[in-house]
Amino acid sequence: MRIALFATCIGDTLFPDASKSTALLLTRLGHDVVFPPGQTCCGQMHVNTGYQPDALPLVENYAENFGDGSIDAIVAPSGSCVGSVRHQHEIVARRYGTTALCGRVETVKAKTYELSELLVDVLGVTDVGAYFPHRVTYHPTCHSLRMLRVGEKPLRLLRAVREIDLAELPAADSCCGFGGTFAIKNAETSTAMLADKIRNVGDTGAEFCCAGDSSCLMHIGGGMTRLRMATRTIHLAEILASVESKVASGVTV
Amino acid sequence: MTAVGLGLPGFPPRAPDGVGFLRGTESFPEAAHHELANPQLRRNIAKATHTIREKRLRVTGELPDWQALRDTGSAVKVDTLNRLPELLEQFEAAVVARGGVVHWAADAIEADAIVTELVEATGSREVIKVKSMATQEIGLNEHLESVGIRAYETDLAELIVQLGHDKPSHILVPAIHRNRSEIREIFLNEMDGVDPNLDDDPQHLAAASRKFLRHKFMTVPVAVSGANFGIAETGTLGVVESEGNGRMCLTLPQTLITVMGIEKIIPRFADLEVFLQLLPRSSTGERMNPYTSMWTGVTPGDGPQNFHVVLLDNGRTAALADAIGRQALKCIRCSACLNVCPVYEQTGGHAYGSTYPGPIGAVLTPQLTGMTGKDDPNASLPFASSLCGACFDACPVEIDIPSLLIELRHQKVEHTGFGPEAAAMRAASIAMSSATRFALAQKAAGLGRLVAGKKGTISTLPPPLSGWTDARDIPAPPRQTFRQWWKSAEGRAAIAEARAEASS
Repeated sequence: MRIALFATCIGDTLFPDASKSTALLLTRLGHDVVFPPGQTCCGQMHVNTGYQPDALPLVENYAENFGDGSIDAIVAPSGSCVGSVRHQHEIVARRYGTTALCGRVETVKAKTYELSELLVDVLGVTDVGAYFPHRVTYHPTCHSLRMLRVGEKPLRLLRAVREIDLAELPAADSCCGFGGTFAIKNAETSTAMLADKIRNVGDTGAEFCCAGDSSCLMHIGGGMTRLRMATRTIHLAEILASVESKVASGVTV
Repeated sequence: MTAVGLGLPGFPPRAPDGVGFLRGTESFPEAAHHELANPQLRRNIAKATHTIREKRLRVTGELPDWQALRDTGSAVKVDTLNRLPELLEQFEAAVVARGGVVHWAADAIEADAIVTELVEATGSREVIKVKSMATQEIGLNEHLESVGIRAYETDLAELIVQLGHDKPSHILVPAIHRNRSEIREIFLNEMDGVDPNLDDDPQHLAAASRKFLRHKFMTVPVAVSGANFGIAETGTLGVVESEGNGRMCLTLPQTLITVMGIEKIIPRFADLEVFLQLLPRSSTGERMNPYTSMWTGVTPGDGPQNFHVVLLDNGRTAALADAIGRQALKCIRCSACLNVCPVYEQTGGHAYGSTYPGPIGAVLTPQLTGMTGKDDPNASLPFASSLCGACFDACPVEIDIPSLLIELRHQKVEHTGFGPEAAAMRAASIAMSSATRFALAQKAAGLGRLVAGKKGTISTLPPPLSGWTDARDIPAPPRQTFRQWWKSAEGRAAIAEARAEASS
């Protein structure tokens, strides 16, 4: 398949490893990964904060850059950004865009998948041949869980990883408190929610807290480093792209 | 016709300022700051919400047709709202035909005045009350008190809140923020005739309130209630409750005055079948509520002989007029959204400043009052959510609260004009609408590595970003962005190697 990678603005800038891993993983699985260079951001921050007119150029940019007919699927290592493409682009396009844009948005949206959805539903794989000999707990991010309904897909992928020690996260489905600009506008409430999440992560004794969204991991990780916790955050894609030969040869993805 | 304003009230009418409890004095973040500093309150709320949450999941999970019930509940409410004027008139005719009197109140001021006049006509200086959100909303108790009429709440939790000179913190469990030792203190200090040796055993606390309330039931001739449902077809009103105290108020006094929000209408008696399954399971996690009371007009020689209904608008037609916002009027006040909300769990209900706290309050309150400027505390409510979506999943009538919050945020920004945040958002939009400009912005972000220094994290940023760094680090931007890596020799080699692995 010809798969276009949407790195997302925050992923591209701050968390490139999630996208590198996604690209390497899909290439190893035999797919042709492309990176439309004109891509930027899905516009979720603007829509969620109330600035829909400012999201319009971003929605247009997404539709334009991923609208190439030769692309079979679009993948993003972010449930949240995929949620935005699926649920918000249409709202913005209908309110401020042209009829032509609405049509393009529909077409592109239907091909956009979060990583675990692409792997399990479209490509039909749950065992991607990964190897990760660590204790890991998985945080199902709200948008993956409730907007995309990815359900057990990430866990099915993780369970197939060699040598992984998966620890169940208590109150896993509680929000970590990130919520985009919520973390700034309601910083104290957000921090209180984060404290609960971090306590639960700590209780698992995991070396890594894994999720499918870099932004939630940034929030959880930002709290954990502040508390000097030993637990580190890691994107689902990074675990799935880890293979024994790379660890053995000292090369990391 | 003239284009000159004639001083007529705006249409559709909003709930008036300064009456009742639809607006706090502080924004949500300010109010939350006080609530978050109270660890006892947070423990009480977390314990109670988690208990109800689990019970709810158990009893909704056992119904094979739960989703179909939700779909039906939602559809009935959508149908009701789409033809509300017609159904309200049908309801009015049915109530009148059965000997009741119907009053229409455009807002809280009118509703308070109507109820006061009706109570005064009876000559009583006391009323007993069935737990009611509508009368909380219009501040009825306080209004009655201002004219020398004493209202007694008869729901145990409402009584605790009332005696504690407090406000409810939850739609269904108004005293959720109090534990039993706090309740004992309130009873000892505020309840007439209480045993001075009262301990904090829940049974003893309940017995003390029973003794106090029994006397009121037997002596006060006027009751005020709200209504969970008003049935257009028959003019029947219904209240569901757990304690039976409501039923006492609905049957013992001579005069019964019901204040009902106009959105509480359901078309047919048969629709109750759906809501009487949805409501108790969603609210208390019970299969069935212990007491369901229904009354239709006046029955000679049985129950109250004077019966009045006050139909309350107070901003509801304004919400109804908004195609997206009218969804919030589907709410049946079960409070399931509060019990699953991680924000509510941390702050409790008082931070929302309104009779309607939690996720539904964050969408309903600003619709009823409007958002009158960027300093309006209610304009902060649509932002009091991380948009996690747990509320939408829990809602028995499928109100898409996250989407409504986003719509209200859009409306708020549209109405409050340009400011530093708008400038930042516009700048971000411009920077990110072209990849060339975005790459430049990324380069600027790369300067963050200098700020971060050797430890690799950023721990201090200027306001408003200090809200983040007060408690959380930000990782230093990496040496290369993904797009730089992708174009680099290293990136190309890594992909080529992966391709080779695929074909081997």
